[in-house]
Amino acid sequence: MKPMRKITYSQAFVEGLDYCMRKLPNFSLLGNEVMGLGPQRVHLETIWRNYPERVNFPPTSEAAFSALAAGAAMSGEHVFCHLGAASFSFLSMTSIANEAATAHYASGGKIKVPVVFHMLHGLRIGGGTQHSMSPQSMYWNVPGLQIVLPSCARDAKGLVATACLSDNPTVMFTHDLLIGMEGEVPEADYEIPFGKADIKRRGKDVTLVATSYMVQVSLAAAEILAAEGIDVEVLDPRTLVPFDKKALIKSVAKTGRLVVADESHLSCGVTAEIAAIVAEEAFHHLKAPILRVARPDVPTPFSRPLEDFVTPTADKIAAAVRRVMG
Amino acid sequence: MMAKQSLNKAACVRVLERMLVIRRFEEALVEMSGQKLFKSHYHLYIGQEATAATVVESLRSDDKLVTTHRNHGHVLARGADPGAAFAEILGRATGLNGGRGGTLHMSAPELGFLATSSVVGGCIGLALGGAFAQQRRGRGGVSVAFFGDGSLEEGISFESMNIAALWKLPAVFLCENNGAGATGSAKGGFPSSLIAAPRLAGIAESLAIASSQIDGRDVDAVHRAVSRGVASCRAGRGPVFIECITERWEGSKPMWPELSTGITDVALAWESERMPKKYRDWHVHQDPILLHIRKLLRKKLISRAAVLQLDRKVIARNAAARQFAIASPMPRGKTALDSVYA
Ligand SMILES: Cc1ncc(C[n+]2csc(CCOP(=O)(O)OP(=O)(O)O)c2C)c(N)n1
Ligand SMILES: [Mg+2]
Repeated sequence: MKPMRKITYSQAFVEGLDYCMRKLPNFSLLGNEVMGLGPQRVHLETIWRNYPERVNFPPTSEAAFSALAAGAAMSGEHVFCHLGAASFSFLSMTSIANEAATAHYASGGKIKVPVVFHMLHGLRIGGGTQHSMSPQSMYWNVPGLQIVLPSCARDAKGLVATACLSDNPTVMFTHDLLIGMEGEVPEADYEIPFGKADIKRRGKDVTLVATSYMVQVSLAAAEILAAEGIDVEVLDPRTLVPFDKKALIKSVAKTGRLVVADESHLSCGVTAEIAAIVAEEAFHHLKAPILRVARPDVPTPFSRPLEDFVTPTADKIAAAVRRVMG
Repeated sequence: MMAKQSLNKAACVRVLERMLVIRRFEEALVEMSGQKLFKSHYHLYIGQEATAATVVESLRSDDKLVTTHRNHGHVLARGADPGAAFAEILGRATGLNGGRGGTLHMSAPELGFLATSSVVGGCIGLALGGAFAQQRRGRGGVSVAFFGDGSLEEGISFESMNIAALWKLPAVFLCENNGAGATGSAKGGFPSSLIAAPRLAGIAESLAIASSQIDGRDVDAVHRAVSRGVASCRAGRGPVFIECITERWEGSKPMWPELSTGITDVALAWESERMPKKYRDWHVHQDPILLHIRKLLRKKLISRAAVLQLDRKVIARNAAARQFAIASPMPRGKTALDSVYA
């Protein structure tokens, strides 16, 4: 059998967007530098070339163009709206949390808001306080939003397609360090259903739940631990909303141990919510306390040793796994 | 204090020295980035030095300032130690902000700077707060917001100017429009501004804010507009808007800064036959340092020998500052958890 081709996250993401362009005539793209400012940004040019009238480069007016995206979606358009670094999405918070998230509910189910708010998140080396944020847990506190965090090229292609075709508002996070990462990606078009976790590595000793780039870091940690005889199962929820509780509980029932890794801050973070689900619904399966690896509750410093100190790494994750193994 | 409309000899030389301090600092920075001494995106002030170097002539020590992602020139012009500034960009413990801010958030609160935000438009709102505090204090202090043309794309700039105008706050909205000649993201360069208004000053005028539009490379023009504007703010007549126009420097057109016009040679101010052809326009019409030197020579306010001597002094101090930063220790990792709260 021919080995599957390898392409970058950015290329795969663009293929997903291209599929939606072909599938939905009322789909358009809004925003600058969807795949950041690095070399991978060139892949977007295919979309600009093929669909010039469906790509719009707005001024640096996040508050207005995110509201535009929400309003256009309420008017029957499907819009992919890119907000840049996740910090800048706070300028769009009212459109996302007050408008897009509530419209379907408050209209008695009459209004649909098919919009994707996409942003770049995560510790990327030298991003400092305003270019490193991972606010996925903040958005998880807003009912009405779907939340998507792809962790590899293959998932990016299928998840962005599902997000853009969906009738619900979606917040989608791309980690800066995933953009140039290569992985096997099928050539055919496909959608990945929301609410279906993916086991990225099978194991029997510990369930390691990770999101976004932390999945890659967790896979590296699992390799370190395998050499020590610890068999880790890496579970990637892929979407936080809807959340695949079933897959999580099934894995914990098998391993009896849980470590959760995510880059949002520790307090009220993604790791807190996932730990709470297991504490409430699968406590009887646990053989050890749940441990979390997250960003400490401090703004993100620029200086390299300080940034390293707050960054969840494979070593920190491996150390947490060893502790739950006792 | 009466606003002086023209700078005396000593002030003209001070402005030149500040411009050289900024230029030599940033030229070194490009080299240091090439040497991988720091690994983050950064923005240079080359081509815009006349603005910051001149604005500070009109300011008092109790005035407030706010800058942006393109902050090096403002912070240095106000007198921050170049060694501590280099150290900040290298993430060293001896940096202006202990290495926590880096190039995008460099700030010198002891010199009147509020926090440096790299959220486009963020500086304008913070400067509005500085102006509010100055008005409450009632001692004639002002608050200066340095911002790029792109900031006017953000709603906060309009809202802030409206409040400043309504409440007659002593805010100097100093827009550094470096948009001319910028390439923009659609052409593979850095994002440049998209504003429907044919004149940026017209946006402020629609809110009845006294506005002017000047050549940001021309020290005298900047001084005339800023000294008048600051005096008006101090007198309680409300905010002013000053648009300082500069051409986008070649080296700031690509995504990553490049020393495309070479290391500055101040003698090109008078040895025009040695000017490289390729960047003749920069050397003849754009570089604010060469423009200022030529004017000072013409007015006999400085000699060629004095220019060369001043530049040598600045270069020597800059080299020492750079050495200081490189020799400085990194902060210890676990101090990342310190002083989240006051
Ligand atoms: C809210 C926000 N959106 C987008 C960006 C990305 N960005 C960084 S610099 C820049 C252009 C700023 O242009 P301008 O204000 O004219 O300043 P200049 O860089 O030209 O000095 C943009 C869009 C940002 N920093 N903040
Ligand atoms: Mg600009």
